[in-house]
Amino acid sequence: METFAIELKGVTKTFGSLVANNNVDLSVKKGEILAILGENGSGKTTLMNMISGIYYPDEGHIFINGEEVVIRTPKDAFSHGIGMIHQHFKLVDVFNTVENIVLGLNSGKKYDLSEAKKNIVDISEKYGFVIDPDKKIYEMSVSEKQTVEIVKVLYRGADILILDEPTAVLTPQETEKLFAVLRRMREDGKSIIIITHKMHEVLSISDRVAVLRKGEHIATVETAEASEASLTELMVGKKVKLNIERTEPLNTCVRLSVENISCKNREGITLLDDVSFNVMAGEIFGIAGISGSGQRELLEAIAGLQHIENGSINYLNPKTGETSDLRDHTPIEIREMGVRLSFVPEDRLGMGLVGNMSITDNMMLRSYRRGKSAFIDRKKPHDLADKIISELEVATPDAETPVRRLSGGNVQKVLVGREISSSPALLMAAYPVRGLDINSSYMIYNLLNKQKENGVAVIFVGEDLDVLVELCDRIMVISSGHVSGIVDARSTNKEELGLLMTKAKEQEGSVNE
Amino acid sequence: MNNAKNEKMHEPFVRMVKRDGMSRKKAWLIRGLSIVFALLFCSVVTILLTGQNPIKIYSTMISGAIGTPRRVWLLLQTIAMLLCISLAVTPAFKMRFWNIGAEGQVLIGGLATAACMILIGDKVPAPLLYLFMFLAAIAAGALWALIPALCKAKWGTNETLFTLMMNYVAMQLIRFFIVKWEVPKGSGTIGIINQDSQTGWFPAIGGNLYLLNIIIVFLLCIIMYVYLTYSKQGYEISVVGESENTARYVGINVKKVIIRTMILSGAVCGIAGLLLVGGTNHTIATTTADGRGFTAIMVSWLAKFNPIVMIFTSFLLVFLERGSGEIATVFRLNQAFADIISGIILFFIIGSEFFINYKLIFRHSHKEVK
Amino acid sequence: MLATFIQRAVIQGIPLLFGSTGEIITEKSGNLNLGIPGIMYVGGISGVIGSFLYEQHMGIGTPLNPFLAIAIPMICSLVGSALMGLIYCFLTVTLRANQNVTGLALTTFGVGFGNFFGGSLAKLANSETASIALVRTSKFFSSPIPITKEVSWFTRIFLSYGFLAYLAVIIAILTAVFFKRTRAGLYLRAVGENPATADAAGINVNAYKYVATCVGSAVAGLGGLYYVMDYISGVWSNDGFGDRGWLAIALVIFAVWKPDLSILGSILFGGLYILYLNIPGLSRSSQELFKMLPYLVTILVLIITSARKKRESQPPASLGLSYFREER
Repeated sequence: METFAIELKGVTKTFGSLVANNNVDLSVKKGEILAILGENGSGKTTLMNMISGIYYPDEGHIFINGEEVVIRTPKDAFSHGIGMIHQHFKLVDVFNTVENIVLGLNSGKKYDLSEAKKNIVDISEKYGFVIDPDKKIYEMSVSEKQTVEIVKVLYRGADILILDEPTAVLTPQETEKLFAVLRRMREDGKSIIIITHKMHEVLSISDRVAVLRKGEHIATVETAEASEASLTELMVGKKVKLNIERTEPLNTCVRLSVENISCKNREGITLLDDVSFNVMAGEIFGIAGISGSGQRELLEAIAGLQHIENGSINYLNPKTGETSDLRDHTPIEIREMGVRLSFVPEDRLGMGLVGNMSITDNMMLRSYRRGKSAFIDRKKPHDLADKIISELEVATPDAETPVRRLSGGNVQKVLVGREISSSPALLMAAYPVRGLDINSSYMIYNLLNKQKENGVAVIFVGEDLDVLVELCDRIMVISSGHVSGIVDARSTNKEELGLLMTKAKEQEGSVNE
Repeated sequence: MNNAKNEKMHEPFVRMVKRDGMSRKKAWLIRGLSIVFALLFCSVVTILLTGQNPIKIYSTMISGAIGTPRRVWLLLQTIAMLLCISLAVTPAFKMRFWNIGAEGQVLIGGLATAACMILIGDKVPAPLLYLFMFLAAIAAGALWALIPALCKAKWGTNETLFTLMMNYVAMQLIRFFIVKWEVPKGSGTIGIINQDSQTGWFPAIGGNLYLLNIIIVFLLCIIMYVYLTYSKQGYEISVVGESENTARYVGINVKKVIIRTMILSGAVCGIAGLLLVGGTNHTIATTTADGRGFTAIMVSWLAKFNPIVMIFTSFLLVFLERGSGEIATVFRLNQAFADIISGIILFFIIGSEFFINYKLIFRHSHKEVK
Repeated sequence: MLATFIQRAVIQGIPLLFGSTGEIITEKSGNLNLGIPGIMYVGGISGVIGSFLYEQHMGIGTPLNPFLAIAIPMICSLVGSALMGLIYCFLTVTLRANQNVTGLALTTFGVGFGNFFGGSLAKLANSETASIALVRTSKFFSSPIPITKEVSWFTRIFLSYGFLAYLAVIIAILTAVFFKRTRAGLYLRAVGENPATADAAGINVNAYKYVATCVGSAVAGLGGLYYVMDYISGVWSNDGFGDRGWLAIALVIFAVWKPDLSILGSILFGGLYILYLNIPGLSRSSQELFKMLPYLVTILVLIITSARKKRESQPPASLGLSYFREER
């Protein structure tokens, strides 16, 4: 039997009732790059966290070079030569490269930064990193920070490197450089596990691909024998019939017209790239995409929370027939313009609601300014809270219970209930069923459908492709901030969506070899 | 089965987990218990120092605080002043703005009041003088709070350290004016302002000098409660304090709320200064606020920023202070004994919050401990 | 005359230097300990208690053993203030209480503790003396190191102090070296900057916070000891220490969290503190305005550093926050 650099057998991890990984087998050879592919929530990161000592598996065995090991802490992982580069870098901003790299490393040797610096330069030269050992982290670009993380792991003598979505924050050129470095490491006999969503990257860099779906290991295939289509099929799985009711859109007309909007983050990375689309009244407009592809920025730009560089966001007022541009207006200005916009944000307790406030007080968040009085009227919000509690079957002792104490599904009912109560003309919902049980999810689908039947333009950002295909009328797919397609939900299928989600923009094709 | 063993080894003996929430009743029960434990601990300390039996100690304490009518009035007046300053810092804290500059804001408000009494006391009619005193105290306190708030809003300057430093600037300013106005010259104090004419003094109600102050603070307490609980601005303060992201989402201008709230906080501190100088002390010194700007922070925090509960927390602290002061007098200990007792009680109450916010989970048993 | 002025500025600055070095060590771990004024009181009074009992034990006639006369108060002071740091840590680190509230309570307690024992120690110990005057012990603390007998500007500025003054400077320098040149110093800074990262790197965050805060408190407490034993020659007076504790916290900001800078800063602050005495023709009232200078300068530094946003001069990023590793 072949000895693997690392081998997992029957690894299972649960968080409460949620099974993050179920009986996963996985193996990585020496001098191999293994890509792990899977949709959001398929358990990739949890699995890797168990190898790197962040979580401890409920069941299963981990073997390193054929010997069973126990990994309880990141330190244990290090001692077995495993190093993980997380999506969120673990670096101290005011330290320079060298200081960050030696942090936590107690080799028993004399503390000597110049010696460490020499070693770091050696490692960089060996693998072709460009790194300035004296530069402070806060002066660095994202890709430089990532380089520091990788060198840190190598400096500690890791033979197995795990990279969690390393290319998500990189430009195509930076990605190309990273891949060159990874290939050099492979030649040096290192084993590399890379998590990614981007199909072309998988095909370009990996030797084998392991596909996870809903926490389970589906298959591991040789990259040379795989294609985008075959991998997508493995990743999304067979179609599941959900039986969500869907009516034909009636009396549709354009409600929102987004034209050529773009925005960048502080580091200058493009988040939205020339996005244009129309949303019709009376339809559910789905937005699909790998998480972090710009969905949040898009919705926040419409809601007046995100500055955009160019383009326009035009809202057609159904009452007056006038068009108003929402770009760079504050949420209050947008309201004052007569725009009836409701927004169910992704971060329910951190943004949409205040966890420590009662349901009643949360009802007023949007409406408390109404009226000239200096005091708030709690009667109406209280009635509204009671109404939502009874209509949406919110499980709560009363309307004065802090929302923090409700379960996830009930929190979401409160939030969606409030946003719908203001009878919007445009309703945006970001991942409204994430983490909800089946019944609550269906209740949310029904609410959205009812809004659609009432002539509301509904934008639904989702991650479950089965839901998107059955609930929406049209689906826009965004990939790395640009629109890779708008399809008719009735005629599309998961494979088509999956391909669009992982499709790179044409001019970025250079990443492929 | 090797695995099951590993799993247990991984789980630490005791884990702390954040609580989702605890009923208010239970939370106050825990706080009450912590006070009881603290009192027991304090009595052990006192017994060790004095050799008296605990009943004697407690009875001394009670008689010291409320033994005579005069003591009761003194107690009420002291509570009123502490409560007033606590009310002042509360809006800022509710917004998670650590204003520890109340001491300075009170002093500067008192200074403005004294300035009015000294400089224009005999030049304007009494009603106008009261109005000037009131406006000057409010403006001075508000300004003292506004400066750090502006820097916080503009540059993110650390408000804790800034407001702390402002306290000492205020103190030196007072020392400066004391020398300017000192009576008699060279005494280093300004004595009682307008001792003969009593110009600018607050009138005694029913012959009681303290009653007006107590009534004003009581009203202020109600107003602050209503403001924080029922007004739109109070609601905005809560939202900003709980989650700036939510505030942004509903379109609240966070910087505006910070500045507005700090002006309010400083203005109420100014009123406290006004009451101290115009109402009771009729003089100004660096000890006019007497560290209450700091004690108020604890009063407000212990009451979970609820003005009505603050009546009780300020009562608790003042009662202890006066009671242990009496112990010190009777058993001929140093007056600083009161500070030691207050400190110990505070440690206990501060520590008890942990058991309200977290629960301990022990290995194996998974039993919850409060 | 300049030499005399500098000499007096240094004397004023030494308690501040102890206090600020201690607070810098503490703050580098992310703990904003506003209990420093109280801790300095405790440091002072603990030393007083130790040496008072020792003097009592020896009686009036017997000469004191120089080693014990110094060691006993030193150890008492260090232990007393470290215990204060321990209370702070237990409440803020283990019980995750609010740092500001805890610190202020500690100051209330510490100042009370100092004044209480300062005022009633003699009575509690059933001694005949009414007030505490540890003149004999104080001699050991305040006598300058006998290198030379000659008196010049040089000896006045550099050689005229008790040994604690030199210790303050040495500790400050050692602390600066510790931060810059040692592994533990690097780890400590990481804990204050980003405890989650330090934790992930396998550093025991809570242990660092505990040790740094207790050591920092002990160092700050020496400032109180210097004040009673050297500056006021062993005669305790209640509230005599004044607001020097807060000034020490101001000095931390002024020195932008660098102990080596705080050596110069402390002399500057000491100078500003007594500047009014040395400017001729100053009215008494203007003298008071001059005493405002250290605070005004601190505010100015605070505003400038926050406006310039230079990362190296910011407070440790996690200052004032409790660290809690979220378990999923």
